[in-house]
Amino acid sequence: MFLINCPYCGERDQSEFVSGGEAHIARPKQPTELNDDQWAEYLFMRKNIKGIQFERWNHVHGCRKWFNVARDTSNDKIEKIYKMGEQPPKL
Amino acid sequence: MKNKYSIFSLIKNAFSNHENWQRAWRDPEPKKEYDAVIVGGGGHGLATAYYLAKKHNLRNIAVVEKGWIGGGNTGRNTTIIRSNYLWDASAGLYDHALKIWEGLSQELNYNVMFSQRGVMNLAHNLQDVRDLKRRTHANRLNGIDAVWLETDEVKKFCPIINTSQDIRYPVLGGTLQKRAGTARHDAVAWGYARGADEMGVDIIQNCEVKGIKRSGDTVEGLETTKGFIKTKKIGVVAAGHSSVIANMAGLKLPLESKPLQALVSEPVKPIIDTVVMSNAVHAYVSQSDKGELVIGAGTDSYVSYTQKGSFNIVEETLKAILELYPIFSRMKMLRQWGGIVDICPDASPIISKTSIKGLYFNCGWGTGGFKATPGSGDLFAHTIANDEPHKLNAAFNINRFVSGDLVDEHGAAAVAH
Ligand SMILES: Cc1cc2nc3c(=O)[nH]c(=O)nc-3n(C[C@H](O)[C@H](O)[C@H](O)COP(=O)(O)OP(=O)(O)OC[C@H]3O[C@@H](n4cnc5c(N)ncnc54)[C@H](O)[C@@H]3O)c2cc1C
Ligand SMILES: [Zn+2]
Repeated sequence: MFLINCPYCGERDQSEFVSGGEAHIARPKQPTELNDDQWAEYLFMRKNIKGIQFERWNHVHGCRKWFNVARDTSNDKIEKIYKMGEQPPKL
Repeated sequence: MKNKYSIFSLIKNAFSNHENWQRAWRDPEPKKEYDAVIVGGGGHGLATAYYLAKKHNLRNIAVVEKGWIGGGNTGRNTTIIRSNYLWDASAGLYDHALKIWEGLSQELNYNVMFSQRGVMNLAHNLQDVRDLKRRTHANRLNGIDAVWLETDEVKKFCPIINTSQDIRYPVLGGTLQKRAGTARHDAVAWGYARGADEMGVDIIQNCEVKGIKRSGDTVEGLETTKGFIKTKKIGVVAAGHSSVIANMAGLKLPLESKPLQALVSEPVKPIIDTVVMSNAVHAYVSQSDKGELVIGAGTDSYVSYTQKGSFNIVEETLKAILELYPIFSRMKMLRQWGGIVDICPDASPIISKTSIKGLYFNCGWGTGGFKATPGSGDLFAHTIANDEPHKLNAAFNINRFVSGDLVDEHGAAAVAH
């Protein structure tokens, strides 16, 4: 239950958005080179941090654009919003 | 030796105004060293300690709990117990638990109020009908009781359901597991705690684990808010906080922790004598012995450790409840709360050794682990004591995420509670 400041539309209720989970998990460049452990790491393993976590969000009931959010999962406070492709902020 | 609870002890204590009851478990300080330490004093952790002591004769063990026992998801869930899961591995796991539930009050000499009032799962579209029928057949092949009910039989079984075909998601039928039902959540934690304590297990509350000490790939002990505890075996059963503890040991788990909510109404006279669940509209309801309707909602879509949950999730659930049960339209809701559930990608638990020697995890129960409490404790105790899984939890090892041998119960098992 919190507000998210969409970089394209402004501040809206969280229920307009959907979380895309942990951000900055790069898609393997050479999938055929990966062994099973690496695939498991890419597909399933998550940091699931209690504290500041970088994640992707989609404004699904609005502009439908993706962006990144740095959010403290222990109190749902958003520290920073930044666009796709940008590096995570130092917090 | 503890006094046995019975009708006679109840009468005897009534004469002294119930002021002379013995305490149900001690409140010890941690020893310097234990043979094994269980992290997390929920139902699963306490049951693990109980079976370690009882079946594997490990008596120099402790349960450390950061708050009070049963204060996590054990005391926050809607207490639905059933075993009608689709896949063989899950059927084996959950029915093992259900069989223990059937004799648990007697075994623990503690009334866990296990009530086999039946659980009915509703179908609202053709795909639901096909899925639920398939599950009924799978259940029966696994020796688990299950029947398919047509719409009129659903209505007969639970007359307050709106089976009109004019509603947005009409009831097209349902499944019924008669041996399923509910139990009293706190009593499960307290009963296992009392039983474990009696066998010498130290239950240490207000003791938070802050770090895991290891030398190379072997555990040496735990850093806690009550000092360092030396041990060679650590069993982590921390539900929503499993990843936090895994991170202390430098491990990653395939989990996401999300808020899941429930709410109860003001108490009313008996109106619904079973449990009804609906996956498609995400509403499920039963009635507690106090008379409150116990209603479960869905999870939030994002990771959070706030134990609250969003209002729109509750709103969705109540909309669905009102369409299915118009009779509840003027009920007042009394309380709402959230718990943090640890969700696995395949919606099945992990009861497993890890790459670190002496470190075991029991987690990933997500939205539906209460029903498994006794079985989970039994199998986790086996895994810790023998350093090998029991055949019933072999499929639920962490390596399934590497091998790809998932136990995909998403959607397969009706609603996920
Ligand atoms: C709203 C809701 C409804 C649910 N409905 C159902 C249902 O109807 N049926 C069903 O089968 N399941 C249901 N569940 C799921 C069920 O509650 C859980 O799967 C189950 O109770 C988990 O038990 P547990 O003992 O593993 O976890 P918990 O009871 O959460 O115990 C874990 C304990 O670990 C402790 N801990 C965490 N970190 C640390 C640390 N660092 N140091 C020490 N201790 C720590 C916590 O304080 C907690 O007490 C529901 C859950 C919720 C939230
Ligand atoms: Zn937008």
